[in-house]
Amino acid sequence: MGNGTSIGRVRGLGSAKSGSHHWLLQRFTAIGNLLLGLWIAVSILLLPNLSYSTVVEWVSAPVPATAMALLIISTIWHARLGLQVLFEDYVHENGSKFAVLTLLNLAAFAGAAFGLFCVIRLALGGAA
Amino acid sequence: MAQAGTTNRPLSPHLQIWRWGPAMFVSIMHRVTGSGNVVGIAILLWWLGAMASGKAAYDTFAWLATTPIGYIVLVGITWSFFTHMMSGLRHFVLDIGAGYELDTNKVWSIVCPVMGVLLTVLFWAILLLR
Repeated sequence: MGNGTSIGRVRGLGSAKSGSHHWLLQRFTAIGNLLLGLWIAVSILLLPNLSYSTVVEWVSAPVPATAMALLIISTIWHARLGLQVLFEDYVHENGSKFAVLTLLNLAAFAGAAFGLFCVIRLALGGAA
Repeated sequence: MAQAGTTNRPLSPHLQIWRWGPAMFVSIMHRVTGSGNVVGIAILLWWLGAMASGKAAYDTFAWLATTPIGYIVLVGITWSFFTHMMSGLRHFVLDIGAGYELDTNKVWSIVCPVMGVLLTVLFWAILLLR
């Protein structure tokens, strides 16, 4: 922490210590969520029914499979950023904060990997 | 506050000291519904996992999803999604520096959560009545 300029006196403070990049990523992923969230909502309403054969046929097609993969990435990334802020605000003890942020990262990557694997398996016809 | 050098810094007054208003409500609900949407993501992953696991797994998911509790949870996450979407759109407007006039801010702080409820009703009406 510097003590010269006014920016130097505040840099590194706050519960997160830094933030512009995080803030921007939250907005970029929010725009992705808006488009993809509306896409899945409208898609579900446009499907004739939600039976196994109908949804699998739908999500296996190239464009829905791609959109679903992007939805998984965008929402989980956004959720990871949002929950990070939540933990930084409410978990005050440094060791606990490190622990929950580690768990958050593991959960985010695990969830995204699982979702993407499922979509790829469906799209490539592995599930019969 | 374990951080050296930050222990004696002033804390802002917390929730109980402020008079409740729409802006405060919509801000808190943005965080609440954002956290709630994590449940939505989990159910989306479960749905995809059930699809990828085959018809038996999908039927189990579909059975659970159409129980009364299943419907309550699904309606809850759609409400959470649309409410977060509406207050998120409000944030985009605030981010460009607009909408801070007291009256304007109050109006949109009321309109956004109401729109969230209306979109939820519209979504389920179309889904169940088609």
